[in-house]
Amino acid sequence: MTKTNQNRPAGGNASGRTTPAWRRALTAAFPHTVPVLTGYLVLGAAYGVLMQSKGFGAPWVLLMSAVAFCGSMQFAAITLLTSAFDPLGAFIMSVMVNARHLFYGVSMLEKYRGLGGVKPILIYTLSDETFSIVSSAEPPADVPRKSFYLAISLLDYVYWVGGSLLGSLAGQFIRFDTTGLDFALTGLFVVLFIEQVSDPRSRISGIIGIVCTAAARAIFGADQLVIPAMVLVLAVLLIGRKKL
Amino acid sequence: MTLTTTQALLIALAVTAGAMLTRFLPFLLFPDNRPVPKIVSYLGRTLPAAMMGLLVVYCLRNVSVTTAPYGLPELISIAVLAALHLWKRNVLLSIGVGTVLYMVLVQVVFV
Repeated sequence: MTKTNQNRPAGGNASGRTTPAWRRALTAAFPHTVPVLTGYLVLGAAYGVLMQSKGFGAPWVLLMSAVAFCGSMQFAAITLLTSAFDPLGAFIMSVMVNARHLFYGVSMLEKYRGLGGVKPILIYTLSDETFSIVSSAEPPADVPRKSFYLAISLLDYVYWVGGSLLGSLAGQFIRFDTTGLDFALTGLFVVLFIEQVSDPRSRISGIIGIVCTAAARAIFGADQLVIPAMVLVLAVLLIGRKKL
Repeated sequence: MTLTTTQALLIALAVTAGAMLTRFLPFLLFPDNRPVPKIVSYLGRTLPAAMMGLLVVYCLRNVSVTTAPYGLPELISIAVLAALHLWKRNVLLSIGVGTVLYMVLVQVVFV
C-alpha cells in the first residue's frame, strides 16, 4: 500500500518501507536487554512488595524507582526510611553504595562523548546492567550510537520502574515461585565478562577484577566488599599500567 | 512509618543526590570539550572488564562453600552457562538455560 518514494531516506528496511529511526533503535536494543527485563521484573517486584510491607505504597515506590533509580541502594534505603531521620547519613551511605558508578562513568567517557542533549539521560540511567551492556554491545550499521545507547538505557529504566510498580500493586497475586529467577542478572554479568575477556587486551584486567573482588570478599566479608574491591582493582591497574 | 512525609521525602532526595553524584561526577570532571588525561583513558579502557569481574563476584558474595549446598547450584549453573556461551555465543540462550537450570537446582534438587 505504500507509495514508492524515490527520495526515501537511507535506512529503510528490506521490504522497501522506511522504519522510524526510534523503532529501529528499539528493535536493535531490545534483544540485548531481555536478561535485564527478567532480572529487573523480579527484583523490582521484590522491592515493591517489600516497600508495601513497610507501609510505603505505589507513589513512594514510583518516587524511589523513577527518581532515585539506584537498585541495591533502594533496598538499603528502606531501612533509612523506617529509622531515625538522618538525611546526611542517607546521602553518605548512598555515595558509598553507589561508588562503583564512578568507575562506570570513567569507562563511558569515550563512548558517551559528544552525544549532546541525551547525554544527561544516559548518565542518569546508567545502572550496573545498562553499563554492562553498553560497554560490550555495538549498534548495527543503520542505528546511530546515540539512539542505540538511549534505547538500551530507557528500556532498562522502564523495566525497573515497571517491575517495582507491579510488585507494589500486584505483589500479593504473584503465586509462581520466582526463587532463582534473579540469577538472570548474574548470568548477564558472566556472559558479558566472557565477552570482555575474549578480547586478549582485556583478559588481564578481567582477571584482576575477579581476583581483587574475591580477595576483598575474603578479607572484608560479604557486606562491605565493594569499596575495598574497587580500591584494590584501581591500585593493581595503576601499578600494572606499563604492562596492560 | 516513623518519619513524617516531609522527612521521608528528604531521605529520598538525599539518596537520589548521593547516587547521582557518583554517576555525574566523572562526566563533570571530564566534559566533552576537555581532553581526557592519558591515565583516565587508560582506566576507561581497562575498567570495564575488571568491573564485570567485580560484578560477577559481587553477585556470588553470599554463597557459602563450607555449608550445604556448598555453592554447587551456582557452580553448576555458571559452568553450564559459560560452556554454552563459549560454544554458541548466543547471549539469550546462555542466560536462559543457565537461569532455568539454576531455578531447578535451588527449587527442586538442592532443597
